[in-house]
Amino acid sequence: MSIVTVQLGQCGNQIGHEVFNAICSDIHGTPGLCSKKENESYHDACKERFFCEEESEVPVARAVLVDMEPKVISQTLSLAARSGYWKYDDRSHFCQKQGSGNNWANGYSVHGPRHKEVIMNLVQKEAEKCDRLGGFFTIMSMAGGTGSGLGAFVTQCLRDAFPTSFILNHVIWPYSTGEVIVQNYNSVLTLSHLYQSSDALLVHENDVIHKICAQLMNIKQISFRDVNQVIAHQLGSVFQPTYTAEGGLHYSRNLLGELMETLVPHPEFKMLGLRNIPQMPENSLAYSTFSWPGLIKHLRQMLIANAKMEEGIDWQVRPPGPVSSIPSSHSTKKPLHFNTSIANLVILRGKDMHSVDLERFRDPSLYTSWLNPQDAFNAWKTPRAFNKYEKSASLVSNSQFLLKPLDNVVGKAWNMFASKAYIHQYTKFGIEEEDFLDSFTALEQVISSYTIL
Amino acid sequence: PRLSLPFAVGQCGNQVGCRFWDLALREHAAVNKKGIYDEALSSFFRNVDTRSGGDGPDIYRGKICSLKARALLIDMEEGVVNEILQGPLRDVFDSKQLITDVSGSGNNWAVGHKLYGCQYRENIVEKLRKTAEHCDCLQCFFIIHSMGGGTGSGLGTFVLNLLEDEFPEVYRFVTSVYPSGEDDVITSPYNSVLAMKELNDHADCVLPIENESLFDIVNKIHQMINSGKLGSTVKQNSLVTSSAGSAKTVQEKPFDAMNNIVANLLLNLTSSARFEGSLNMDLNEISMNLVPFPRLHYLVSSLTPLYTLADVNVPSRRLDQMFSDAFSRDHQLIQADPKHSLYLACALLVRGNVQVSDLRRNIERLKPSLHFVSWNQEGWKTGLCSVPPVGHSHSLLALANNTCVKPTFIELKDRFMKLYKKKAHLHHYLHIDGMEQDCFSEAILSLSDLIEEYDELDATKGGPRTDPPRLKIAV
Repeated sequence: MSIVTVQLGQCGNQIGHEVFNAICSDIHGTPGLCSKKENESYHDACKERFFCEEESEVPVARAVLVDMEPKVISQTLSLAARSGYWKYDDRSHFCQKQGSGNNWANGYSVHGPRHKEVIMNLVQKEAEKCDRLGGFFTIMSMAGGTGSGLGAFVTQCLRDAFPTSFILNHVIWPYSTGEVIVQNYNSVLTLSHLYQSSDALLVHENDVIHKICAQLMNIKQISFRDVNQVIAHQLGSVFQPTYTAEGGLHYSRNLLGELMETLVPHPEFKMLGLRNIPQMPENSLAYSTFSWPGLIKHLRQMLIANAKMEEGIDWQVRPPGPVSSIPSSHSTKKPLHFNTSIANLVILRGKDMHSVDLERFRDPSLYTSWLNPQDAFNAWKTPRAFNKYEKSASLVSNSQFLLKPLDNVVGKAWNMFASKAYIHQYTKFGIEEEDFLDSFTALEQVISSYTIL
Repeated sequence: PRLSLPFAVGQCGNQVGCRFWDLALREHAAVNKKGIYDEALSSFFRNVDTRSGGDGPDIYRGKICSLKARALLIDMEEGVVNEILQGPLRDVFDSKQLITDVSGSGNNWAVGHKLYGCQYRENIVEKLRKTAEHCDCLQCFFIIHSMGGGTGSGLGTFVLNLLEDEFPEVYRFVTSVYPSGEDDVITSPYNSVLAMKELNDHADCVLPIENESLFDIVNKIHQMINSGKLGSTVKQNSLVTSSAGSAKTVQEKPFDAMNNIVANLLLNLTSSARFEGSLNMDLNEISMNLVPFPRLHYLVSSLTPLYTLADVNVPSRRLDQMFSDAFSRDHQLIQADPKHSLYLACALLVRGNVQVSDLRRNIERLKPSLHFVSWNQEGWKTGLCSVPPVGHSHSLLALANNTCVKPTFIELKDRFMKLYKKKAHLHHYLHIDGMEQDCFSEAILSLSDLIEEYDELDATKGGPRTDPPRLKIAV
């Protein structure tokens, strides 16, 4: 089954390009460290999922590029074509001239309806090129105007036009010290709207990735390109083919469906966090070896302690004692900073992953009491190594990972809203105070639900 | 193409405008080696086929033939515009973009606004529509003018009104040169306050500029060159100095160097819209992020490095020093003290080889010494444009919405009241058709209200921070 990617705004397009790059460089440029047959299966599954091999010489990414100003798309298209390994369909993009001015209302209420038909036509064309449509993957930032506002509108349109398809939104959380002054407003409006139409929100925080670049990748002058490449690597580690069933014989075809099934048991809980280890500069890779037990141990503690990367993990945090027989969420005294999960997915790539013991991830104390821990944990594997890492382990978690960032963003937005600052910029385009209040209410509900896990 | 359309109104406006187009041409020439007419160029220039002599049709792609500035030059005297048409930029403009008259406005806002406004309205609208015809997207209008005189001030603000009527959705940026206390035009306070009302009501963003600041900056550059410090050497054809004694040239053309600074401001402001970068910052984004309440749209600008303006070869300062400089009063284009007042919002537009980590590091470093309003503690808007200004590896433009503009407005109000109380020179204004005493009282009221809004915000500074209680959800 194939996935259609929708790249929205500057951020969405810049990241989308790096994702396809990472995927392509994984299948072409790196040794799989597995049998030729295995490699070929992997290759085929990946191609089917993300690329179309029509009459062109290079695979064509299944993607629609959308932006309200022309410079980024034009750059993205030409960079891809120059790679020589893949490209975008020359007609599969839509852009305007004037931008969205970092204004969510402009993106959602003006550009959205105005360009709905054209954009959805492009999506329809891409969807028709797929033998079987596996769903949609949208990439956007929450901070600006196009990715956020137009992105929320397009997601709604996708839901309306494809009611039974899966929609996964990749959302970029901006730097907390600000890239855009109204980013908290834009974020609140985006998240509350996405929650209604999307199946799941997979989040990357710029602050976290920046730290990874600085401390793990040792990059001195970090550029957005560096940040985007780390993000692309992490996404690739989830999206590349895996065997999802124990003892499975074929690479799983239904990535999005299985992702939703394993991670989103309840529509109130859609926030997914992503961790990937190990991460290091490319030139160190040759000198490092890792053991699966070591990687698993670190990954589990990162889950429990809500660590953002493999350095600086707080090993003091432990899961609470045995769950009491009274199923009340207030009776179990969970230790501070302990990250309760709803569902977790671990993805292992590299040889000898068969023997890995993941039992400790099934520990009931990691999970909220209202789900059966057997259902709450899943593991996907492949012996085929990913992107030059001999062993790579990822964790996609529906847990309290994003509770604090969400609470922060809502808090700051609320603070600003109380003073009514910038509201006139939104009402100018049809988003009223009541709309803000609705969004705040929706998100406070989400925060409350995650808090009492 | 996406357009930013500048209007140069009055003597000051046109002199600055002239410098602006000269610098814009140089900037694009430095970047555009192949001589192809590209998107970046099209934002400020049309490409016209002049091979068959005279004005041919516009060429939208391919090689550059003849570049014509997209602009309207308006002046009620002919002197300045004629000089432009006889100077090196004569081929960049054609008569269809000019609106001139002979007698000038006599430093009288009412003459500029009411008399000439009325008279030339149709003409201006017609020329405006013609210019706008050629583009598929009008992003914003720039008005360049001074506040103290008659044409720039009066007719300039008339044009502002007109733009709002004809193109309500297009952003209106105004670069206004405010008169200093020692201005030799006696009625400049009247003109300025009358113009302020229009700016309050009809502009989206105003960048106030003070001649004193420009003068100080030019002097500083001079000192740097003359002292021979930093191993600086003067480039040929420098606008600030000549090969002989430096002071001489400054006296000959004092305003050229100062106007260069304002021109650079506009160039940097629009750079991210014209050139690519990893974090683009459009003009409509500037308005969105820096204007929290409609009338509080006066932005303090500071530029660094200043030597971009002087054609001087100075070794590049350390990157972090550049950020510190942007927050130093020496680099501001108005006399104000933002560090001791309250920031409502701040934007940083960086050009050149600067990455996001450099931005983050410097914001973290500078933040503690700045006071931000309680509801916008992390209120930074940032932009990264890959293309630096000519001859430099990087540059920074900082725009701050800060209550430090209040003293400037209070001073202006005081100077106005001094004259108004004695009814000095009022008759020159009141005998113009359409001008009444009410115009004056409304204008001063508008200014007072604005000052009060800044007062209210200042009152919140340093007070205890109590965050408003969050919404409670029933579990």
